[in-house]
Amino acid sequence: MTALLDVRDLHTHFFTRDGVAKAVDGISFSLQRGEILGLVGESGSGKSVTGFSILGLVDAPGRVVSGQVLFDGEDVVTAGEGTLRHLRGKRIAMIFQDPMMTLNPVLRIDTQMIEAVQAHEKVSRKEALARAREALVAVGISSPDERLESYPHQFSGGMRQRVAIAIALLHKPDLIIADEPTTALDVTIQAQILAEVQKLCADSGTALIWITHDLAVVSGLADRLAVMYAGRIIEEGTTAEVIGRPLHPYTKGLIGSVPQGKRHGTTLTQIRGMTPPLLDLPKGCKFRPRCPRADDQCLTEPPLGPVAGGRRVRCVHPHLEDQEDAVLS
Amino acid sequence: MIVYLVRRFGQSLLAIAAMAVLVFLGVYAIGNPVDILISPEATQADIIATTERLGLDKPLYEQFGIFIWNALHGDLGNSFVYGRPALDIILERLPATMELALVALVISVGFGVPLGVWAGLRPTSLAGRTIMGGSILGFSLPNFWQGMLLILVFAVLLGWLPAGGRGETTEFLGLEVSFLTLDGLSHLILPAINLALFKMSLIIRLARANTREVALQDYVKFARAKGLSTRRVVLVHILKNIMIPVVTIIGLELGSMVAFAIVTETVFAWPGMGKLLIDSINLLDRPLIVAYLMLTVLIIVMINLLVDVLYSMLDPRIRLSEMKG
Repeated sequence: MTALLDVRDLHTHFFTRDGVAKAVDGISFSLQRGEILGLVGESGSGKSVTGFSILGLVDAPGRVVSGQVLFDGEDVVTAGEGTLRHLRGKRIAMIFQDPMMTLNPVLRIDTQMIEAVQAHEKVSRKEALARAREALVAVGISSPDERLESYPHQFSGGMRQRVAIAIALLHKPDLIIADEPTTALDVTIQAQILAEVQKLCADSGTALIWITHDLAVVSGLADRLAVMYAGRIIEEGTTAEVIGRPLHPYTKGLIGSVPQGKRHGTTLTQIRGMTPPLLDLPKGCKFRPRCPRADDQCLTEPPLGPVAGGRRVRCVHPHLEDQEDAVLS
Repeated sequence: MIVYLVRRFGQSLLAIAAMAVLVFLGVYAIGNPVDILISPEATQADIIATTERLGLDKPLYEQFGIFIWNALHGDLGNSFVYGRPALDIILERLPATMELALVALVISVGFGVPLGVWAGLRPTSLAGRTIMGGSILGFSLPNFWQGMLLILVFAVLLGWLPAGGRGETTEFLGLEVSFLTLDGLSHLILPAINLALFKMSLIIRLARANTREVALQDYVKFARAKGLSTRRVVLVHILKNIMIPVVTIIGLELGSMVAFAIVTETVFAWPGMGKLLIDSINLLDRPLIVAYLMLTVLIIVMINLLVDVLYSMLDPRIRLSEMKG
């Protein structure tokens, strides 16, 4: 079976006045139908740009310079605006980070939902409205008729994100790209939205790319994880493996910096320093200046190499010696 | 809604009252009209008689009191020069100015908004930069000079359009208008463009700046991610957002266009209120100046009130019902 989404050596660069920022610099991954992939990384690691590249929504001065994004066998990168328009919202939907900003403040919810339906299907306004209503009910919004006639500012953040999710689900897409959709929400709402999305995706067999910087959120949700750093994937594997036995020092650092009940009273591990600016990346392994294991061998950047069990890691000195539960103890 | 309107109306009345005081004092200070009105050979007795006839011998507070009392009864005094009610003379000229201002407004919005949005969507393109460059000329060149150049090119050199006057008028809703006859329209085009150029440049810049800002918003990207056509994204999602600041400016500028079309009316000999004001100032025709300024204030205040109501229609976040508190 061919993969639903196959990203091959994607490079998305931003041509700024100060130089070329390689926000995404050669990433490859694939996604099967119904699979949930967690794309994890710090701010500026290129995870959101990856999401936008898949939809062909990278704004100037950025552009995809090379690589392929094969969606159902068809290359999105070389596709024209017309083809892309029929893909967007219909087969690939996106949910954004900040629900306060994703809905147009001067248009009513019904307008924004009806136009989304009618963008892809020739249906009457009435029918589109019925579909919109259905979608709102599906994401757990009570009194949908009243809600449809409201403006975004009359909704709470969690409600708005539900509306955004409802819009994403309108056409039962094959793939949803969720760009940190719960980051801006309260923890309780976060959990509700997570459960909601998980259930809806499972029901409809929709594949999901969940972009986040929060390992705790994604570990309960994703089938597989890809950890990004400075525009590259540095480690990839099943969620259990990556969380349970991180191979890359960066992943290990990330997991170590999440507070856990088990380690109560001990000092949290920190990753030294900051993410390097994209315009001034270090030579060799991009994590080298912050890495406790770095040595001269790291001056040449290692490839994303395969390790046992279908995992891949981009490191000269991966944590292969660690026992499975050594990390958590 | 009603509470808001009443309060807003009260503010408007206050503004008008304050203006009445300022206008009256200001006009009182600019000189004695009797010196100009009366012939140089007049005797002292004539001067005193005229001064008494015009009520200028009374102390300032009494003159002001009479003015306010009469104004409250809808009487802004008789023109010293024409000897008829000042308001009537102005109202005769008002339709010409209003027509000019409204046509100029239509031109400045009709061209300004699309050009501005275009420049905002493609800020680095040749077209975008040309539009911006042109708009700089539009509001930096003096208005009267633009007017004279328009006359020079289109009336004198090319001879396509008349240089001045109002042309043939027809009655429309009880008012004399030019735009319905071909001759009137040809007279209207140049002054309207002249009056519109500055505002158009302003609207272009405003629309461009706002388009650039709005185009980067998440909701525009989200609209695109929904698979909407570019046309719908621009015409609905972007346009409705940028119209809020544009309407503000239109409101402010329409007032000033009606009130201060003076330069254009003078250059094109357009028989409107602006030209009347210039003549009245030269003759120190106090009641006419005062009446003109009061009417202008009234128009501007009313337009602002209208703009506030329009806002609420454009932006649901400032619905009037929420302004009660």
